[in-house]
Amino acid sequence: MIPAAFEYYRPKDMAGVLSILEEHGDDARVMAGGHSLIPMMKLRMADVPHLIDLQDVGGMSDIEISSDSIRIGALVTQAEIIDHADLAKVAPILREAALQIADPQVRYMGTVGGNVANGDPGNDMPGLMQCLDAVFTVVGADGERDIPARDFYEAAYMTAREDEEVLTAVTIPLPNGGYAYEKQKRKIGDYATAAAAVQIVKDGETCSSVAIAMTNLSDTPIYSEAAGAALIGTAVDAVALDAAVAAMLGDIDPSEDNRGPVAFKNHVAGVILRRAIERAWSRA
Amino acid sequence: MKDEVTREERVDNLKGMGCSRKRVEDARFTQGKGNYVDDVKLDGMLFGDFVRSPYAHARIKSIDTAAALEVPGVLAVLTAADLEPLGLHWMPTLAGDKQMVLADGKVLFQGQEVAFVVAEDRYAAADGIELVEVEYEELPVLVDPFEALKSDVVLREDTVDENGKATDGAHGPRKHPNHIFTWDAGDKEPTEEVIANADVVAEESMYYHRTHPCPLETCGCVASMDKVNGKLTLWGTFQAPHAIRTIVSLISGLEEHNIRVISPDIGGGFGNKVGAYPGYVCSVVASIVTGKPVKWIEDRMDNLMTTAFARDYWMKGKISATPEGKITGLHCHVTADHGGFDACADPTKFPAGFMNICTGSYDIPTAYLEVDGVYTNKAPGGVSYRCSFRVTEAVYFIERMIEVLAIKLDMDAAELRRINFIKKEQFPYTAALGWEYDSGDYHTAWDKALKAVDYDGLRAEQAQRVEDFKAGKTRKLMGIGLSFFTEIVGAGPVKNCDILGLGMFDSCEIRIHPTGSAIARLGTISQGQGHATTFAQILASEIGLPADSITIEEGDTDTAPYGLGTYGSRSTPVAGAATAMAGRKIRAKAQMIAAYLLEVHDDDVEFDVDRFVVKGAPEKFKTMKEIAFAAYNQAIPGIEPGLEAVSYYDPPNMTYPFGAYVCVMDIDVDTGVPDIRRFYALDDCGTRINPMIIEGQVHGGLTEALAVALGQEIAYDDMGNCKTGTLMDFFLPTAWEVPNYETDFTVTPSPHHPIGAKGVGESPHVGGVPCFSNAVQDAFRPFGNMHTNMPHDHWRIWKTANDLGLHG
Ligand SMILES: Cc1cc2nc3c(=O)[nH]c(=O)nc-3n(C[C@H](O)[C@H](O)[C@H](O)COP(=O)(O)OP(=O)(O)OC[C@H]3O[C@@H](n4cnc5c(N)ncnc54)[C@H](O)[C@@H]3O)c2cc1C
Repeated sequence: MIPAAFEYYRPKDMAGVLSILEEHGDDARVMAGGHSLIPMMKLRMADVPHLIDLQDVGGMSDIEISSDSIRIGALVTQAEIIDHADLAKVAPILREAALQIADPQVRYMGTVGGNVANGDPGNDMPGLMQCLDAVFTVVGADGERDIPARDFYEAAYMTAREDEEVLTAVTIPLPNGGYAYEKQKRKIGDYATAAAAVQIVKDGETCSSVAIAMTNLSDTPIYSEAAGAALIGTAVDAVALDAAVAAMLGDIDPSEDNRGPVAFKNHVAGVILRRAIERAWSRA
Repeated sequence: MKDEVTREERVDNLKGMGCSRKRVEDARFTQGKGNYVDDVKLDGMLFGDFVRSPYAHARIKSIDTAAALEVPGVLAVLTAADLEPLGLHWMPTLAGDKQMVLADGKVLFQGQEVAFVVAEDRYAAADGIELVEVEYEELPVLVDPFEALKSDVVLREDTVDENGKATDGAHGPRKHPNHIFTWDAGDKEPTEEVIANADVVAEESMYYHRTHPCPLETCGCVASMDKVNGKLTLWGTFQAPHAIRTIVSLISGLEEHNIRVISPDIGGGFGNKVGAYPGYVCSVVASIVTGKPVKWIEDRMDNLMTTAFARDYWMKGKISATPEGKITGLHCHVTADHGGFDACADPTKFPAGFMNICTGSYDIPTAYLEVDGVYTNKAPGGVSYRCSFRVTEAVYFIERMIEVLAIKLDMDAAELRRINFIKKEQFPYTAALGWEYDSGDYHTAWDKALKAVDYDGLRAEQAQRVEDFKAGKTRKLMGIGLSFFTEIVGAGPVKNCDILGLGMFDSCEIRIHPTGSAIARLGTISQGQGHATTFAQILASEIGLPADSITIEEGDTDTAPYGLGTYGSRSTPVAGAATAMAGRKIRAKAQMIAAYLLEVHDDDVEFDVDRFVVKGAPEKFKTMKEIAFAAYNQAIPGIEPGLEAVSYYDPPNMTYPFGAYVCVMDIDVDTGVPDIRRFYALDDCGTRINPMIIEGQVHGGLTEALAVALGQEIAYDDMGNCKTGTLMDFFLPTAWEVPNYETDFTVTPSPHHPIGAKGVGESPHVGGVPCFSNAVQDAFRPFGNMHTNMPHDHWRIWKTANDLGLHG
């Protein structure tokens, strides 16, 4: 497993990155932690004649928590998410999810930006960010723009980011209420058979707002507005759970792979979502 | 002379048998100082790698190497056409078949070696591979052996005559061009008759899926032909270096003394490194052609997709019993998928290995086994993955048949086993399929195991769980997996065990140095088993020198005595025996020297831990250290100087380790996720040389058993594409997936082995697979499950639940 030959660049600033991207267009790609990109290059499934390492570019490695939002730099690693005590207080779902990604070695390298920019339906953070209604900031030759996570994913490996743009940060409104990230996988280091991110707010005995997103059950993450709608105004009882699961199943479109056939995946998606909602509700 | 130390201390100082001596290998392994084949770096060394077929079955219309040869650093591209003049485009397999080294006109499995690109480094080789243009014409693909036996598609054109009729194979007549052999054991008619007239008969078909050993280090070699002196040195990941030397000599025509094979440190073998692979042949040829050393190292995908799969057995069983549960007969038919070439690594006379151990631990009076080997468009292999030849298959079969019979009889499966065990007083016991079991005490082991886990308590808890489940109080079922296995290891007696005519003895050569330390060399090769530790312990006890003063060396055919290598748990039963016997020769000579020094008759001295003492006068003695020195500095009448010995051991019989395992598992019916709550493993491997190493072997073997039972498979789609070629999909458990194992033991020495040891490296795998599988199956027994096939990954467990209507 040896990649095709490539040029390696390690610019010191974003201007340097953007100029290489502009010069080589499709033939250039940025690399963050490299833990999705390098395996693809080794399998010769990604052909990257010009590889731009982002590690020396400053300003993308911080986690900033303000009164109403969290800003996570694109180069923040999954391990840093897990280790950040304040972040775990204000948005514990991030830690719960990050702990279910890959294994410690991968998480020391893998970044938040790489995970959300990659566009692999197996990645956990895209669905998580949709659940949290995050906004991705990208920068290109024409300057910065913001793209909501819920509008970002178009198809497997196809996103709203242009090839010449770099994702610099993820901004999340401070989440409220109970949370859960539930994931079924075959073993440590595996992508999800099915995963659900749930953030739910309880008002008295009823659910006043909720966000639900599913992972690895379509060629993009699935933000299921319908599943959420089925819970709002209910006491999240058995009937409401059934309705939420049914609505979610209407939104996902899993395909068969070594994890199992479609019927199994649909079933497990339902079970996982039910458990995620129940756990989130119990914490709300 | 006054002795300061007690006898007990003298025993402890030796660190001999029975002591949990720390592994001497670990110092280098834990510090990254191991020396593996990829660490071999020679001046001017080249790197070779394969162009592999993307198709499972295709004719090769043309191969164009021109563009590849343009890549800077690429020196040569070998194809079958280049090997043909040397007669090396095909090579013999261990199973008596032959295999293409490089595709000769067609390919028979995905990943098959088509061309060998030789370059200055592995990067240039990889780029060269991309540019070799091969034009294929796809042919119909056969991935199902039953289909293959009916098909008009002839996979192997070299196995039919001009009329398209199957010619005879290495193991007799063949029924169909895609049929390899029929092999049987036992009494056909009597068995059929017993079963036809029995009160109770249970029948089951089961598929033991295709999987693959997954050593952390893949296969590889470095071939270095010295054209000046005509000597070839071949470093490689060889589990049988001497056999490799002989094979290389036979197929290359080089004289055997001009070939030196070296197995350096090996990072796990598990059967994967027994066979001879095209990479070895191509590296040797490339080194001869270029005059430079050539290295070939598989990557993980190459390893999983091409070198030596394991299992792929379709087994159909019938077992009969009296209404009380006494088994009266067993019938087994196997359709064995061998892939495109028959490259099984079995003793040559046993094309289905020791599958005829499938009567297990039970006193079954009548039995019959028949195995049909079949060609398909899958990778060749059929090695014994952490087991003696096909013993995992055999034990899985019988341990499932017992469970199925228990269901049929509505009996407790532990009790059914108990009433059918071969009794202690029946040993040595000749089984219906021919083997003579050396020793065993199954009832004692079984009772100890069941008591340790509180078996009755577990069954009561399980019954409660079923009630709770039915009442909607839980969605988790509880399974109790049982397995009682008898292995057959230590191949083997030369009278019936050989590989390509090489008798399966093994050897040990000992040299005692003047100052009382020693080096011993063996015909085996450790791949993680800890031979340098344990064989020194055997010797320490036999010759009375401390294990710490004994170096064990293996793997260099120029220095080690000839032996058949390490696989099939044969090292301790065979080479371990040779070690003890060579030690005894040393001791015999030492006795004469001691008697001379003590001025008494030979018969008047006796061995005591680390010395010879004058009988009845323990204050008069000579230590082995003193004797060693005397062997080199005294002129003793009638005795040659020096203290050396060599022993070639031809075992009189196999050894038969056994064990009793219990697994307790909770199963989430809705997701199919199993949770192993408890795993208890009692092993009886006879005399225990190093309890700590035994425990380590048991942990490792159980973990590989868990892998195979719960998910590890090599799967193909209908087009013969391998779907599990990376560790993303090929299940290799981590510490996270592995439960805490409880180990236990009984000791029933082998009566024919010099130290009574039986071998343990493979037992946990052999016994573990059915135990994990039985736990899954047992959880569903109350709901009507008879049998479901492994691997029990989440979706298949879920499917079992779904098929039984447990999802509402
Ligand atoms: C064994 C293993 C198991 C894994 N298991 C999981 C898992 O369970 N769940 C999971 O979610 N992930 C998993 N991963 C993937 C891992 O989390 C990756 O690290 C992550 O997907 C990508 O992050 P990265 O920083 O490594 O990105 P890279 O590999 O560097 O890049 C990935 C892609 O994103 C692009 N990219 C990266 N950064 C930017 C940026 N700032 N702007 C624009 N484009 C960018 C790259 O060009 C590339 O196309 C696993 C990986 C491995 C090796």
